[in-house]
Formats: sequence, C-alpha cells, structure tokens
Amino acid sequence: MSIDLEKLAEQEYKYGFFTDVEQEIAPKGLNEDTIRLISNKKEEPEWLLEWRLEAYRHWLTMKEPRWAHVKFSPIDYQGISYYAAPKKKEGPKSLDEIDPEIKAAYDKLGIPLDEQKMLAGVAVDAVFDSVSVITTFKEKLAEAGVIFCPISEAVREHPELVKKYLGFVVPRNDNFYAALNSAVFTDGSFVYVPRGVRCPMELSTYFRINAENTGQFERTLIIAEAGSYVSYLEGCTAPKRDENQLHAAVVELIAHEDATIKYSTIQNWYPGNAEGEGGIYNFVTKRGRCVGRGSHISWTQVETGSAITWKYPSCILEGDNSVGEFYSVALTNRRQQADTGTKMVHLGKNTRSTIISKGISAGHGQNTYRGLVNIGKDASGARNYTQCDSMLIGDKCGAHTFPYIEVKNSTAQMEHEASTSKIGEDQIFYCQQRGLSAEDAVSLIVNGFCKEVFRELPFEFAVEAEKLLSISLEGSVG
Amino acid sequence: MLEIKNLHVKVGDQEILKGLDLTINTGEVHSIMGPNGSGKSTLAQVLAGRESYEVTEGEILFEGKDLLELAPEERAGEGIFLAFQYPVEIPGVANTYLLREALNSIRKYRGEEPLKHVEFGKLAKEKMDKMGMPDSLLRRSVNEGFSGGEKKRNEIFQMQVLEPRLAILDETDSGLDIDALKIVSDGVNALRSPERSFLVITHYQRLLNYIVPDFVHVLVGGRIVKSGGKELAIELEDRGYGWVEEESRQAVNN
Ligand SMILES: Nc1ncnc2c1ncn2[C@@H]1O[C@H](COP(=O)(O)OP(=O)(O)OP(=O)(O)O)[C@@H](O)[C@H]1O
Ligand SMILES: [Mg+2]
Repeated sequence: MSIDLEKLAEQEYKYGFFTDVEQEIAPKGLNEDTIRLISNKKEEPEWLLEWRLEAYRHWLTMKEPRWAHVKFSPIDYQGISYYAAPKKKEGPKSLDEIDPEIKAAYDKLGIPLDEQKMLAGVAVDAVFDSVSVITTFKEKLAEAGVIFCPISEAVREHPELVKKYLGFVVPRNDNFYAALNSAVFTDGSFVYVPRGVRCPMELSTYFRINAENTGQFERTLIIAEAGSYVSYLEGCTAPKRDENQLHAAVVELIAHEDATIKYSTIQNWYPGNAEGEGGIYNFVTKRGRCVGRGSHISWTQVETGSAITWKYPSCILEGDNSVGEFYSVALTNRRQQADTGTKMVHLGKNTRSTIISKGISAGHGQNTYRGLVNIGKDASGARNYTQCDSMLIGDKCGAHTFPYIEVKNSTAQMEHEASTSKIGEDQIFYCQQRGLSAEDAVSLIVNGFCKEVFRELPFEFAVEAEKLLSISLEGSVG
Repeated sequence: MLEIKNLHVKVGDQEILKGLDLTINTGEVHSIMGPNGSGKSTLAQVLAGRESYEVTEGEILFEGKDLLELAPEERAGEGIFLAFQYPVEIPGVANTYLLREALNSIRKYRGEEPLKHVEFGKLAKEKMDKMGMPDSLLRRSVNEGFSGGEKKRNEIFQMQVLEPRLAILDETDSGLDIDALKIVSDGVNALRSPERSFLVITHYQRLLNYIVPDFVHVLVGGRIVKSGGKELAIELEDRGYGWVEEESRQAVNN
C-alpha cells in the first residue's frame, strides 16, 4: 500500500454518456445569417434580432481576452455550430411529448422530469443543448405569481420584462464572451418574482450539452421585485468528447428593494481526460445588481468540472445597505484550470460584502482566485470580509491568489484572510488509523475544508455537492 | 496476539529501532517506558502502518498475520487502535462524523452491516458520558481548538466506540489533570478483557497505579533493554534510566 499523492489515475466521469436523439443542428460557422436562423427558430420579435445583430457587430470588433491565468489553444469560432435542438413537432407542453430518449438521459443524470418523482419543492427547467425541453411545476408557481420559464418563451409571453431587463446588468459590449452570447444565445431560464412574494419552491435549471461541435450559450435572467425572495440552482453536465466545447453563458440578476436572490451553481461539465484532452471551456459572465435599498444577492458555486473555468459572479451594490455574497469551491484535478472569483462593487452607503473562496488543486490542476473589491467614493460605511483558502493535494498542482482592492472612501472597513495548505499526510494517516481508506480520508478532509461554502447551499444540493467533490477527487490519491 | 521480532526501523538515513523484540499475549497489558527520543512513538507508528517509517529488517505478526503487508486502514479493521501522542486537527469535519465513518469502515472490513445513525448516536452518547465529555465536543470539528486534555480524552472516547483488539496508547496521560487521568484510566480499565491487549507508552509510573500493567519494558536506544513487572516502573521512577543503560551496556560487552 502507498499513499502516492502525486499519482493520478484516470477517473471515470459518470455523466459522459451521449444521447442519440434526432437533432436539428445549424451548419457550423458564425455570420449574420446564423443569428437570423437562431432568431427565426425561436420566433423572436424584430427588436431582439436587431439587438443580437448589434451585439454581433460589436463582437467582431473585439479581441479574445487573454489575461486569465489559463492556457488554451485558439478557439475556432467558425468551427462551432451555434444551434442544436432535439427534433420535435411543437414546443413540448407536457411530459408525454418529450422524446423518451431525453427523458431517459435526465433520469440517468439523476434528474427525473416527472413531477411525481422529483424532489419535492424543487421546480426544474431542463435545457438540452440549445433548447429548454421542459419546465416543471409551472402552474404551482404561477399561482404564487412567479414566472419560471425558458427565456425564449419569456420573449414571447413577457416581452415587456425581457426588453426592460435583458442587458440591464451585463451590457452587450461588456466583454468578448458576453457579446458573443448576446448575439447567439439560445436558451436558459427566466425568473420573475413579483413584489412581496417568497417563491414557494427552489428553482433549478439543468443544463446539458449533448450534441457534438456545438457551443452552449445560455442566458439566464432573474428579477426579484421589492421584498421578494428566490433561491435558484443550476447544474451542468456534458458527454465525454475529445474536442473542447465552448460554453459561454450570461446570467443577470436584478434585486430590487429588500429583495433576496440566492443563486447556486453545481458545475460539473466534462473536465477532459488525464492528458488534458477534451472538456468544456466554461467562460461565463455572471453578475447581479442590487439596485434597491437593502437588497441582497448571494452567489454560491461548486465548480468541479470543465477543462477551463473562467468566471467571476459579481455584485454591484447600488442600493444603500445592500449585501453581496460569494461562496465558492473550485476544484481542479488532472489538467483542469480554473480562474475564478468575484467582483464586489460598493456604490451605496453601508453596503456589505462577504467573499469565501476555497480552491482545491490536485493532480496537475491549476487553481486561481481572482477577486476585486471596489469601494466607491460615496460608499461610506462599506464593509468587506474576504477569506481565501487554498488546499494542495500533491505537488504538481498550483494555487494562485490575486486579490485586488480599490478603496475611494476612507470609512471603508476591509478584512482579508488568506491561507494555503497542503493536505496533511498526518491528517490522512489519522483517518486511516481509524479505518478509512486514503481516498475516503482525502474526501473527508476536503469536504471539511469546504464546509463554510456547502452550508450555503440548499440542503438537497449540499449532499449532492459533497458526493460530487468526492467523485471528482477520485484518483487524486493513488 | 502480537509478535515483534528483530525489528529495525529507519526514518530517513537514521536507524531508530535497532532489533526490537516484543511479544504481547491476548489479554495482557504491557507498558513501555524510556527516555525521550528512544523510539517509543516510532514503534507505535510502525505498528499502525505509518508510511514514512521504513522497516528494514524483522517481522511483525498480529494474530498470525503479517502486519507489514497490511495498509493502515486494514490494520484498523483487524483491530489495532492507536491513541496518538499528538492527535491531529481536521477543520470542518465533525468529530462524530469521522467516528461514524471510522466505525462503519471497520464494520465493513469485517463484513458487518453499517450502524444506523440512531444506534450510533446512542452508542456515542453513552461513551461520551462515560468519558465526562460534553456533547458539544461531538459536534465540533475533530480536535480543532480542543485543549490538550480534551484531545487525549477524545482519543480514549474513540477507542471506547471502536473497541479494538490491541490498543496502543502513546503518552495518553501527558497533559491530563488528576481527574482526567482517573477518567481516562477508568476508560481503559473498562475495556480490559481477556480478549483485548494494551500497549501503554508512558513516562510516568503514576499512570501505572491506575492501569496496572502485567509487564513493563524499558526502551533505550531502539531496543528493549529490560523487562519486568510493575515494580520495575517504580524502580525507574526512583533511579532514572542511567542504570538500565549501564546494565545493558555491560550485558553487550560480556
Ligand atoms: N519523521 C521523522 N524525521 C526525523 N526524525 C524522526 C522522525 N520521527 C522520529 N524521528 C526521530 O526518531 C527518534 C525517536 O523518536 P520517537 O518519537 O519514536 O521518540 P519517543 O521515544 O516517542 O520520544 P518521546 O518520549 O519524546 O515521545 C527521535 O530522535 C526523533 O527525532
Ligand atoms: Mg513519543
């Protein structure tokens, strides 16, 4: 027996299967006709097509950013198909109309789309490649006045809301991938919680990339009116493939006065194999605006998948007394790379933010925390607490921390703590002496390390996250 | 139960155990005493399967099995328990959680069904009370922020729940106040049985008033240089180790 922390075995990615459904796939390549085709498929109004085309024209003038601490070969944007959808007659209205193959695929992912079989109290929007295949519990939510539907449906059914808020947080020209997403986004979820309503169930979206050589460009928009509350969770998986696939999403959150949005992510896109071949490029723009006084946006993420993760779920704290939170676990094993963190922009008075980041690197993984705390000149009484911990498993991996702080108001209070530790051989041995295998010991210790983040997740998902972390660590101890 | 023959152990280039022999029969309590740095913890760690100690010569049989072939967790499954001299902290992992995982891993190793949450809860509570530990220590992270004495008590509490066949206590008495010493000793004595053996490492004869050993061994310079009954411990307390070392040197020269 030996605990060889450097040895990396090829682990099995259990969601790597491919579902053989009849697909409608747009020809590879990106030009204005591609955008017209997407818009046409989605039966969009003229204003949205124009909105997309403008984004596209702007994108053409932009350069792919390279500042992140990640390495990848150039992406051929003309080699990607921008629309893939399972063939169907009409938009699925009920479960019976969904292709049984797709239903089976979600079953296999542990997300039964049958309302009876589902976790009680969780409504699901299932997005398969470029389209949403079903949204459950819609009626029940409608009774409370909550709108939860695919964004393409929201464009048709609630155009005034979409028009008002699309791009409200992430403008089309915000960055290269946001511009690309604005031009070609296909589906994603739309949530609207009216004034004073506490959303009666957890909302969740499961994103599945299935088709080959496609990109997934989802767009999620969540609006919480004054005094409302909503908790939303997204999960993501993809088949194993040798080629890299691009996932460039945009998520926008808007919290009005005294509203709370909790947004949780369990990201488990295919991470690529031990040699670093294949896997998802997860380049995502997520941002929330706390526009109202006393509003609250909380991001919790568990990032275990993807070949490359590049994302900074952020909060713009405009309203006085508003609160932004970011809780993150990012695990990189094998050849995975992650450059993730947050931006907390304090504009209003007495705004508060908390950042807790746990980075775990194993194998040849490279894990970077990059965070910005910006205190504006009018943000008197602003406070930030940042804690940023890294754990290394083995000695071929890396952890990096880049905290940026900009303070323009002298009343701000900032606290920053950071630590880097190697997983202790004495801790592993202690657990083994008590009867645990080295692998179970590592997963126990790592899960303990992440406790502060996991406890922010809705309970059902906290358990899922712990399991996922253990699976993702498999092979990190030989 | 345990047979150690001519054990040589190296850490880095340094030989620490230099031909150690020790036999412990089922039901016996053995005590090992010896000066700082003589290799007592090394022996304990080697028995538990610590990687960084290299066995260069000799053999260890446990219930007739070649112990050196087994991984640490397999040894735990076979019934070896080590109460550490320096118990480690594991932040974020509840004390009770580790212990339940431990117990169920050992049960699994033995082909037994895992214990249900409720049953485990009862068992843990019962032992906890015995050790005079507050419930809050169960929920807190493993050893994190525990006082020195609480850590030692926690080791014995774990031993009580895991019910090993051979328990090795490495200076469990160090850092305990008088009352705690009594509680810990009672915890050990409660487990004394004809089926279970103990190897008690200590610097203080005082402990052996509570846990009365069948045999006392003196470990000096990587070898057991003298063995005797419990009166040997009293003699050591009076006279120190010098005379034992002297005796053994003469024995080698003769
Ligand atoms: N990991 C290690 N690296 C280097 N030297 C070590 C290591 N572990 C033990 N040693 C050395 O081996 C010798 C024996 O150590 P050990 O801990 O077994 O002593 P001990 O008898 O338990 O002493 P004490 O009574 O102080 O606990 C010491 O000189 C110690 O420095
Ligand atoms: Mg010692």
